Amino acid sequence: MVKMSYAEAAKLALAEEMRRDPLVWAIGEDLGRGGVFGQYLGLLDEFGPERISDAPISESAIMGASVGAAMAGTRPVVEMRFADFALCAVDELINQAAKARYMLGGQVKVPMVIREPMGMWRSSAAQHSQSLESWYTHIPGLVVAVPSTPADNRGLLKTAIRSDDPVVYLEHKNIWGYEGDVPEDETLIPFGKGRLEKEGDDITIVSWSAQMHIAANAATLLQAEGISAELIDLRTLWPWDRQMVFDSVEKTGRLLITHESVSVGGFGAEIAATVAEQLFSVLKSPITRCAAPRVPISYAPPLEAKIRVSSEQIVEAATKSVAVSTGFK
Amino acid sequence: MIQPPNQNIDKDWFLEHHIMMHRIRAFEETAARANQDKLVLGAIHLSIGQEAIASGVCKNLMKEDFLLSTHRGHGHTLAKGADPEAMMLELLGRRGGICKGKGGSMHIADASVGMLGANGVVAANINIATGAAHAIKLKRETNISCCIFGDGAINRGPFLEGLNWSGVFNLPVLFVCENNGFASTTRTDAMTSGEGAAARARSMGITATEVDGNDIISVDEITREYIANIRNGNGPHLISFNTYRLHGHTASDPASYRPAAEVETAWKEDPIERCSELLSRLGISRKILNEHRKIALEEMERVYKTAKEAPWPSDDNAFSDVQDLGDPREGAF
Ligand SMILES: Cc1ncc(C[n+]2csc(CCOP(=O)(O)OP(=O)(O)O)c2C)c(N)n1
Ligand SMILES: [Mg+2]
Repeated sequence: MVKMSYAEAAKLALAEEMRRDPLVWAIGEDLGRGGVFGQYLGLLDEFGPERISDAPISESAIMGASVGAAMAGTRPVVEMRFADFALCAVDELINQAAKARYMLGGQVKVPMVIREPMGMWRSSAAQHSQSLESWYTHIPGLVVAVPSTPADNRGLLKTAIRSDDPVVYLEHKNIWGYEGDVPEDETLIPFGKGRLEKEGDDITIVSWSAQMHIAANAATLLQAEGISAELIDLRTLWPWDRQMVFDSVEKTGRLLITHESVSVGGFGAEIAATVAEQLFSVLKSPITRCAAPRVPISYAPPLEAKIRVSSEQIVEAATKSVAVSTGFK
Repeated sequence: MIQPPNQNIDKDWFLEHHIMMHRIRAFEETAARANQDKLVLGAIHLSIGQEAIASGVCKNLMKEDFLLSTHRGHGHTLAKGADPEAMMLELLGRRGGICKGKGGSMHIADASVGMLGANGVVAANINIATGAAHAIKLKRETNISCCIFGDGAINRGPFLEGLNWSGVFNLPVLFVCENNGFASTTRTDAMTSGEGAAARARSMGITATEVDGNDIISVDEITREYIANIRNGNGPHLISFNTYRLHGHTASDPASYRPAAEVETAWKEDPIERCSELLSRLGISRKILNEHRKIALEEMERVYKTAKEAPWPSDDNAFSDVQDLGDPREGAF
């Protein structure tokens, strides 16, 4: 194991894949100077400006040209700078990248990775803070990855680059600097396989991305109160590891889902509905969601804090779930 | 500068254009009939009157060159070398359709001849074609990418973003604007500020030419010249071809929003008839030229008959070619 940050792990993954496959290249604004968050720092020296390519501020062309470049046999890694700016390229991603293979009856594939740094970070307000992962899960043709740790960021990004599908790869801005152990060998992490962050018996907590760390803290706090929470980091939302969630809920009989994005129409709703459909009879208490209210993200820290789901709120909701559970059946 | 038509015209070459233009027209007329017969299900956009651009441009492309087209893309696809039977099967949504019955008219494509797709979203192909050219450059290959779009497309953002991109990266891409006067039911110039595609291209440092798109000689020569330039690494170029959309926006649009006299005048510039005249002046008999139309109509009639008799695609096609990862039926009712 080697200690490195979430950003360094992604950089390592990209460099490894670019060394392995000359058809892999990265394109985005300001990549030459290392990317907005330094996640490309130093790559220009090794791979040159054609493969670590700057782009004009043309999100529609960054995405659309990458669709064409992918169809024509290369494997672009597209840097969107902020997930919010990918909205300038909705047609290119949703109507073109996601559907080209199907519309053309399988004549082409669109192997591209769309990196979208997302989430709340340093008072960035409503246009630089969004978490829109659930939107993408709604679109047939897309793969959606939401890594939370350095090891996962390395392993999932490598899998994303080798995938023939367009992969929306959402890295969380608030954890670029988060450090963790990364395996020394080039471990690829398959999509659709969750990670058991913590084992427990009383309640299953499902999360992903930066919120996973808030949930992990909640699980520790719960443990101190004598509640044993099992924490699952889904890692990818399409495909998602239904089996891991089912197995866990069968054991605990209780489910809480927490994500940073808006609760309404969020992916937590999909998980809740699926578990309710499949495991209604094993549930000991109602499924709980801890996610953001449906308001744009604020600037001033106290206002922004109103939107964040804290560890304490998760603890409270989990405690309530466990308490009502005794007489539910 | 391009020379005016001269005595050294390669007759065989233009006979081939004549045949292709007739095949395109016959395909379109047959598709229109299939639409009336309610066998073509979605909207179709006919390229009648614009055949010289399809034939003139595509004949100068190699099979390895990429072509991206528009909602009005049957002619381009045929001229790039696609099989009309597989195309007609697709228009009717039948088994054996070139896109397995999943795309229809607006997503017609044949990757085996470099035709990477029509597109249902106006201007979307501009960035995609530019990106295909970007891939060619990265791979150090010698083919080029060609993007055909309508005059209405220049008012969408991808026109600016894609052209700028092609110039910044000096890409091997030919932009072809079919300036047919209309964007749907609206006159394009009423909704376009400034002087149009070529002027806008030049303002971004992309060289551009405006040409009579109903004159097969001009289309052929100008395209050949600029394709050679692009292949030599001289970067992108835009050609704006002036033409006229002789039929409605879709096959079911009577286009009553324009005066009949205007259309009548436009028919006098029919690119096929102009090509016939040229060839007859060069000594080809009218009998042979008329034969081209007859043969083309017979071919497309056969194609239509095959398509009508073909079965629907099997149901499993609804769920295939979505993506490698994840079961598309998961979570569905
Ligand atoms: C983004 C988008 N907006 C609107 C439409 C509806 N639409 C389809 S074709 C068309 C007109 C396009 O005009 P032009 O680009 O000149 O092509 P032409 O039809 O003349 O070949 C319109 C508005 C569309 N398909 N895509
Ligand atoms: Mg038009």
